[in-house]
Amino acid sequence: MKKALIFLIAIAMIATVFTPAQAASGRNYISIVGSSTVYPFATVVAEQFGKTTPFKTPKIESTGSGGGLKLFCAGIGVEHPDITNASRRIKSSEFAKCQKNGVSDIIEVKVGYDGIVLANSKKTAPLKLSRKDIFMALAKDVPDPSGATKLIPNPYKTWKDVNPSLPATKIEVLGPPPTSGTRDAFVELAMEGGGKKFGWIKAMKKKDKKKYKSICHTVREDGAYVEAGENDNLIVQKLDANPSAVGIFGFSFLDQNTDKIQGSFIDGVQPTFEAIADGQYPVSRPLFFYVKKAHTKVIPGMKEYLKEFTSEKAWGEDGYLSERGLIPMPEAERAKFKNDAGSLQTLKSVK
Amino acid sequence: MNNTQKKTRRTIDIVNQSLARRYRAERRFRLYGISAIVVSLAFLAFLFVAIAANGASAFWQTYVKLDIHFSPDTLRQASLATADYQGLVKKSLRNMFPEVKNRRDKRQLYGLASPGASFQLRKIVLDNPQIIGQKRSIWVPADDDVDMLIKGHIKREGPEESRRLKDKQLAWIDQLIAEEKLEKRFNKTFFTVGDSREPELAGVWGAVMGSFFTLIVTLLLSFPVGVAAAVYLEEFAPKNRWTDLIEININNLAAVPSIVFGLLGLAVFLNFFGLPRSAPIVGGLVLTLMTLPTIIIASRSALKSVPPSIREAALGVGASKMQMVVHHVLPLALPGMLTGTIIGMARALGETAPLLMIGMVAFIVDVPAGLTDPSTALPVQVYLWADSPERGFVERTSAAIMVLLAFLITMNATAVFLRKRFERRW
Repeated sequence: MKKALIFLIAIAMIATVFTPAQAASGRNYISIVGSSTVYPFATVVAEQFGKTTPFKTPKIESTGSGGGLKLFCAGIGVEHPDITNASRRIKSSEFAKCQKNGVSDIIEVKVGYDGIVLANSKKTAPLKLSRKDIFMALAKDVPDPSGATKLIPNPYKTWKDVNPSLPATKIEVLGPPPTSGTRDAFVELAMEGGGKKFGWIKAMKKKDKKKYKSICHTVREDGAYVEAGENDNLIVQKLDANPSAVGIFGFSFLDQNTDKIQGSFIDGVQPTFEAIADGQYPVSRPLFFYVKKAHTKVIPGMKEYLKEFTSEKAWGEDGYLSERGLIPMPEAERAKFKNDAGSLQTLKSVK
Repeated sequence: MNNTQKKTRRTIDIVNQSLARRYRAERRFRLYGISAIVVSLAFLAFLFVAIAANGASAFWQTYVKLDIHFSPDTLRQASLATADYQGLVKKSLRNMFPEVKNRRDKRQLYGLASPGASFQLRKIVLDNPQIIGQKRSIWVPADDDVDMLIKGHIKREGPEESRRLKDKQLAWIDQLIAEEKLEKRFNKTFFTVGDSREPELAGVWGAVMGSFFTLIVTLLLSFPVGVAAAVYLEEFAPKNRWTDLIEININNLAAVPSIVFGLLGLAVFLNFFGLPRSAPIVGGLVLTLMTLPTIIIASRSALKSVPPSIREAALGVGASKMQMVVHHVLPLALPGMLTGTIIGMARALGETAPLLMIGMVAFIVDVPAGLTDPSTALPVQVYLWADSPERGFVERTSAAIMVLLAFLITMNATAVFLRKRFERRW
């Protein structure tokens, strides 16, 4: 009898556990997904927003740009996220998918720029690389040094083999895995930028785009490039312990660890805040977030969040995001996107 | 001569001859065992020492004493919630160092106090509006860079441009220390608040509560279901091909990688039933699926260890089968079942992979208050902090690991205690 009573109580508890699930149809906080690169900036804005307004603090998941857009485009309604962060622009295929699922009105907001740096320990001299050096050191197949227009498996073991002006240390690069947006941007901006320096590879872009991409975007797999995982802090620690290694990560990690590591020169420019901001540093990319217009009427605080993110206090030259390593846009661009976000201007098409 | 010796050689001689060798072999074998234990203990000790050495300092936090004048000019009654509290902090810092004039230096000066200082003042004023117009000395958290310097995690040496704290800031800090306006205090914030992007304002309480709600759901669902399944399979079910198949499947489920349960949860609970993302209820359901096989297996072996004589005696005096199970077998098997459950729960507490798929790996500041509020869990918090660029999160990551380990050790110790206390041997 007593046991039966206990069992009844247990069932009643389970029932109470399930009932609020139905009541969760209305959501009173903003749900944000998307890029792990934008995550450190969006979270700062969200926290500031949560502490200075009567609204709840938005929930931010770091799902990666692609994963975020997939969730974002799944449909309209409180079970779908309201905002997705992206470290690249939305693709036309993703835009089409959004349209198909009823997410027709999307507001695009560019938040600023992020530099991708190659850094090494302060115990040695900074490397002075060109994008061509990066391509030659890290591509799986490189052009034959004899000058013929064919590819050979990457023979280079030390930086000196790549370029005589570089030190004779072993090529050992710690970088993000292929799932990372940082890796995508790195191969696109740094390696492809270097590959293009060879005339015949550049010419291939028009003839055989697939081959061109595979040449420029394939990273060597013989151990010179080490996939060090998404944890950039760990890369920083490894660089500190091993002065001959070079790491690849976002500018904010360099900014936070300037006492331990230094950015390599790329095409003669060191990755400083100013050089990335004015576009001199070649390996930088824009960061975005996308907002569902239909949700701005349903979820409380969406307009205020946009206002907070696009305020000068946040993304301006001296804003709190710049302290975290976000490179602000030029003033005119900021004004344009602030205006677009304020008036909920939607994206018409994606080229 | 030789011949006779061979003839007289007895079994005992052979034994004696090889005895020394066999003793040596045994000593070697024991040595292997002992060295295996020593190696594993050394790894464990290294892990604990490394984490404790890294994380212990996170339980203290550097605070700055500010003389705040709650001036009525800044704090107009109408908009107390949105007043310029940062302005009060800045003014107080300027009063302490009146020689700071130019804009760049001022920015550096304001960087000494945490951005959380203004939230703290806001709370003080909102709780007690009578304070307006008065002057108070208030300890506010110092910025994470200052905190790291005081704890020795960043160095004073080296060229100025490669340091996060500039020469002037170091001078101010030294002056504050000399005036006893800068000191380390117990970091209460760490145990009372949720996540933050400022290391000095971040706490584990949100994650602890998230883990708590998740585990409550897991316990309430997996224990009754697991025990009921085990009792039926062990005491009532006929032995045939179907029950064999079920048994094999339960054993296989126990070995399925946890991320698979996460995917299942995403497909079933989120997409089909439409439960909210990032909610402890979904986390609990997913972890229930994961711990069920463990609990069923442990409960079945606990039931098996109850000797058949108990069952026969109960049936012999006229108890029904159900009375036999409920009155006699179950109470005797319960300690073993509880131990299995607690170990299953401890495993669920340390799990991140399935939570990734259902959105519990997220930045959540507000401490969850219910089963459908968005929340994270302790191991997720460790993962998120380990990935943050700010230096202050390194020690906090280790401190969060210590909190997680403390919970795990408590749970496992409870399991051992229950076993020792209630276990009966036959």
